[in-house]
Amino acid sequence: MVIAVASGKGGTGKTTVAVSLAIAASEGTSAKPLLLDCDVEEPNSGLFLDIEYSSGRDTGVLVPEVNLEKCTFCGRCSEVCVWNAIAVAGSKVLVFNDLCHGCGSCSLVCPEGAIEEVTHVTGRIENGTDGSIDFARGILNVGQAMPVPVISSLLKEYLPKPDSSTVIIDSSPGTSCPVVEAVSGSDYVVLVTEPTPFGLHDLKAAVDVVVNQLKIPAGVIINRDGIGNSDVEKYCHTENLPILAKIPMDRRIAEMLSNGIPLLTGLPEYMDMFTSILSTVREEVGK
Amino acid sequence: MKQIVILSGKGGTGKTSLTAALAHIAADRNTLVLADADVDAANLEILLSPEKLEEHSFSGGYKAEIDQNMCSGCGRCLDICRFNAVIPPAPSDSSYRIDRISCEGCNSCVYQCPENAITSYRAVAGAWFVSRSAYGTLYHAEMKAGEENSGKLVTTVKNAAIKKCSEFSDPVLLVDGPPGIGCPVIASCAGADLAVISTEPGVSAIHDLSRILETVRHFGIMPAVCINRYDINPEKTSEIEAFCEKDGIPLLGRIPYDPNVTRSMSKGLPVNAYDPSSPASTAISGIWKEVSSLI
Repeated sequence: MVIAVASGKGGTGKTTVAVSLAIAASEGTSAKPLLLDCDVEEPNSGLFLDIEYSSGRDTGVLVPEVNLEKCTFCGRCSEVCVWNAIAVAGSKVLVFNDLCHGCGSCSLVCPEGAIEEVTHVTGRIENGTDGSIDFARGILNVGQAMPVPVISSLLKEYLPKPDSSTVIIDSSPGTSCPVVEAVSGSDYVVLVTEPTPFGLHDLKAAVDVVVNQLKIPAGVIINRDGIGNSDVEKYCHTENLPILAKIPMDRRIAEMLSNGIPLLTGLPEYMDMFTSILSTVREEVGK
Repeated sequence: MKQIVILSGKGGTGKTSLTAALAHIAADRNTLVLADADVDAANLEILLSPEKLEEHSFSGGYKAEIDQNMCSGCGRCLDICRFNAVIPPAPSDSSYRIDRISCEGCNSCVYQCPENAITSYRAVAGAWFVSRSAYGTLYHAEMKAGEENSGKLVTTVKNAAIKKCSEFSDPVLLVDGPPGIGCPVIASCAGADLAVISTEPGVSAIHDLSRILETVRHFGIMPAVCINRYDINPEKTSEIEAFCEKDGIPLLGRIPYDPNVTRSMSKGLPVNAYDPSSPASTAISGIWKEVSSLI
């Protein structure tokens, strides 16, 4: 069972929820759950667990490397590149690695077979464990624009897992391509929001992408319940979205998290909430 | 023109609330232009309650399309697509299809199809708007959920805002940035004179602060830091301040946790328009003074 944790708005508690679900899933079972941090721009879930990293490797985008002995400077590669990542100027071929999306089109159309592809490193994937949870994360290198290739190599390496194990994915905020990449392969998406106008506006966008476009079942967790109004709840009822839990606004939680203490470690009374979310989701997806 | 971008790395640290409150103060100049560069979660509008004047459609990248009558079912497109965007035929039929959401728009399949059965079109990926607010003209956008090219939409919004700035002498452009460090962030901070980084005293925000600082410096932009909800963890606040001092990063100020920030949101007002004497409003006045002296 793969559960992704997402939200339109940032800072609503995705990482808190993802780490809590992973801890709850590790209780009373010998099968370690896997937590995948797909928020590669800001990978933070590892900060809340005592992870010993065992391996890591660089990853990135396949970019063209032109063999100038074979190249006739015909310019076909640059004609087909929609990203303007390759240009032919006289007897030179310029490749702009940071613009390249790694589609391989230039190498396929080159009539001379002069283009090889090499990895342009844009990030890193790492894995480890804290003893009860297996963990892996992707990290986008600073200055790089494209998180998706890092997310996709992370998922390719660690998914799919056998259906019996639980995988929790922590995604980035927003609703654009990195979120789609992170949640597309999951059985269920937990959307974390807060009961404010910002939270509601961004929840609607997240529901649109997850439920309406990707057709993945979803439920909502309302975090910092009590700070705003009841509009989020009304919206969930109208849209028939299950409200999985409400986490009250509690300064103690904010203080603990600011020190890197996971919710369920600092306030074990929340364990039941997350165990019951897991069983609700398991029932829903039938795994 | 002076261009100030509000960033954070981590989401939810108060970028939009801060931007709106700074706008409320800077509006006195009558040369303020605003841009919401968080096109995934465009919330500045909620606080500025503007009146929409113009709407423009935004076409993003290409999307491929297979002409079922011309497709021979050879599967070449499936073999070469690197983005898992080609859906193979179900046992009952023979037609290959494109998954619009996964399609990266590279056009590789268009060139590779031996039957020339694949074409591509520029899809509408969102819209951008020009609106009148009480604080200045607002340029903002809405990305269709699940779309790519948010960086390009950010650039479109910003270019329109910069053009507006040319109508004023000594204009100020205030840009509400997106979270993260990737493509829309890079687009939002291009050409900025100052990056105001809103952070919080917590392990996540501090981790993300170091990455966003590295990012803006990578692009040659001067950063300055303010600490939101500083009283949640005074120890970590001191840690951030010591780090900034050591690194020569200007500190703009501290904002306390203040429930008025959420209340003002429900009223569609910046916090200092809602309650000018609230603790957050007072702190933000001080931050604007620091910002003004830096630019």
